[in-house]
Amino acid sequence: MLIMKNITKTFHPGTVNEKCALKGLNLELAAGDFATIVGSNGAGKSTLFNAITGAFYIDRGLIVLDGEDITYKKEYLRSKTIGHLFQDPLKGTAPHMTIEENMALAYLRAKTSSHAFFSRINAADKKKFRENLALLDMGLEDRMRQPVGLLSGGQRQALTLLMATMVTPKILLLDEHTAALDPATAEKVLKLTKDIVAERKITCLMVTHNMHQALELGNRTLMMDAGTIVFDVRGEQRADMTVDDLLEQFAKQAGKQLDNDRILFSKAQK
Amino acid sequence: MGSIITLSIVQSALELGCIYALVALALFVSFSLLNIADLSTDGCFTLGCAVCAAVTLAGHPILALFAAMAAGVCSGFVTSFLQTKLGIESILAGIIVNTGLYTINIAAMGFASNINLFASDTMFTWAKEHIGGTWYKLIVVILIVAAVGLLLSLFLNTRIGLSIRATGDNPDMVRASSINTGLMVTIGLCVANAMTALSGGILAQYQKSCDINLGTGMVTIALASLIIGESIIGRGSMLKRVAGVVLGSCLYRFIVAIALRLNVPAECLKLVSALIVAIAIALPYLKRQAVFVRQRKAARAQNQVYLSEMNTEQSTEDGGGRSC
Ligand SMILES: Nc1ncnc2c1ncn2[C@@H]1O[C@H](COP(=O)(O)OP(=O)(O)OP(=O)(O)O)[C@@H](O)[C@H]1O
Ligand SMILES: [Mg+2]
Repeated sequence: MLIMKNITKTFHPGTVNEKCALKGLNLELAAGDFATIVGSNGAGKSTLFNAITGAFYIDRGLIVLDGEDITYKKEYLRSKTIGHLFQDPLKGTAPHMTIEENMALAYLRAKTSSHAFFSRINAADKKKFRENLALLDMGLEDRMRQPVGLLSGGQRQALTLLMATMVTPKILLLDEHTAALDPATAEKVLKLTKDIVAERKITCLMVTHNMHQALELGNRTLMMDAGTIVFDVRGEQRADMTVDDLLEQFAKQAGKQLDNDRILFSKAQK
Repeated sequence: MGSIITLSIVQSALELGCIYALVALALFVSFSLLNIADLSTDGCFTLGCAVCAAVTLAGHPILALFAAMAAGVCSGFVTSFLQTKLGIESILAGIIVNTGLYTINIAAMGFASNINLFASDTMFTWAKEHIGGTWYKLIVVILIVAAVGLLLSLFLNTRIGLSIRATGDNPDMVRASSINTGLMVTIGLCVANAMTALSGGILAQYQKSCDINLGTGMVTIALASLIIGESIIGRGSMLKRVAGVVLGSCLYRFIVAIALRLNVPAECLKLVSALIVAIAIALPYLKRQAVFVRQRKAARAQNQVYLSEMNTEQSTEDGGGRSC
């Protein structure tokens, strides 16, 4: 589904701020793969996602999504088939537009027919939105005409997830999308994520700072360090792994301890 | 001596209110939705006026209105091109286009600084024949504003309309969705400037003349109308908000008409406009401040009680020692 070959990206080349964020990164995801990603702060996890969505063009390398070379495809054209959720729940929705309008936007964006520009949602679409919202079990289906700005962070993130998957994306990128939520809400959004991804067999990459999640969710675990993937585990080997094994592997592969403030923080909480 | 408000004042305030409402609607799109301060509004208004006057003079009053709109679209396109393709700050882009338009407008009027249409047919002369009475002008402008308002609110709920609104509301989201922000800014500004120019065109036919300085200060006036309308209606469906903007424009005209009735000299009108704008914009803020001041007063009174209670408690604890 996704093939990334020898991806390199340097920010601010030739200046004192020069930063090589991706260093010859290689990654292949089969259709339906659900891989979690862990890594130190600044390892390049978010940058990897931005390279896929086209927030910038990479310096060198090839990106193929579903058989199509998208290396130099414009961002707004790629995002038709890519769902991207950020840590910040405010990033994924338009606060002054109503829930219904936000959903309409997500729903209409994937239409491709020639007069799609002037397409509008109809009563049947609204009914479908309602049903989708009811699945969240947050009471949002009765607030469809309220501006999204009135919702809590967790509600907004759940809505964003719904919007990102409303038209099944070819790949779903989740960048610590539950990290800013309180534990109960995070749990809820995570369960929703699991259900949607499993039900529609969406190919998915998820950055997390929770080592347990990294091993439990999905079918693959990737570890990133200094702009490359240093460790990729799946199948039986993964099933037998404990968090300590994972940390040990990281130390071995990267030649240093895993250093991520949010991982340390979440371990301290346990 | 009649009352301050006579029927003819109401009538002309409504007529002008509806005509200028189109500019306020333009700012509704560019300023409220897209979050862009389009300072080419003044020049674009005159452009619509000039183009419409020239084509009306040539004997095509209806075509003239469409020509004015087309000119507005071109002006909006140039403004957005400067922003999206040449990386010029939106306010600067507006100022640049506004400056350039002065020459274009003079040229459109055949290098004269005014045109009069007293001998030409306009859509209003046509309406006089077919509708008659004294209200025909108002009927025409209400029909036009209603049609434009309705189309606009329908448009703003289409995929492009929603995308335009999201572009102004959350650029982060838009970047992650498949929305071409440059295109949305372009379409939004073209639509907005078409309405501005249409307004100018209707005014040219309404007052049967066009002057190169007609548009001066238009952006301020439209902004006042917009803000009056938004503070009355608040948030709601697009249709409701569009209606609010039209209402705001009519209200603004009433205020000006009353100011004139109260013998404010015509030369002072711009100052009056500026005052109205400042008040209209400040009003929502002042309202919040007033609420806060009232709350604080009530809280302070209560807190005084708490504080004195604490003081007495303390002094009893101290055995009534130090008193200060
Ligand atoms: N647009 C940018 N311009 C300059 N430098 C950038 C940019 N984006 C990322 N970087 C740099 O690239 C490196 C990798 O950043 P990235 O955000 O991908 O880390 P991360 O793995 O997501 O870390 P975290 O766990 O803290 O979220 C960092 O050093 C960062 O400063
Ligand atoms: Mg990150």
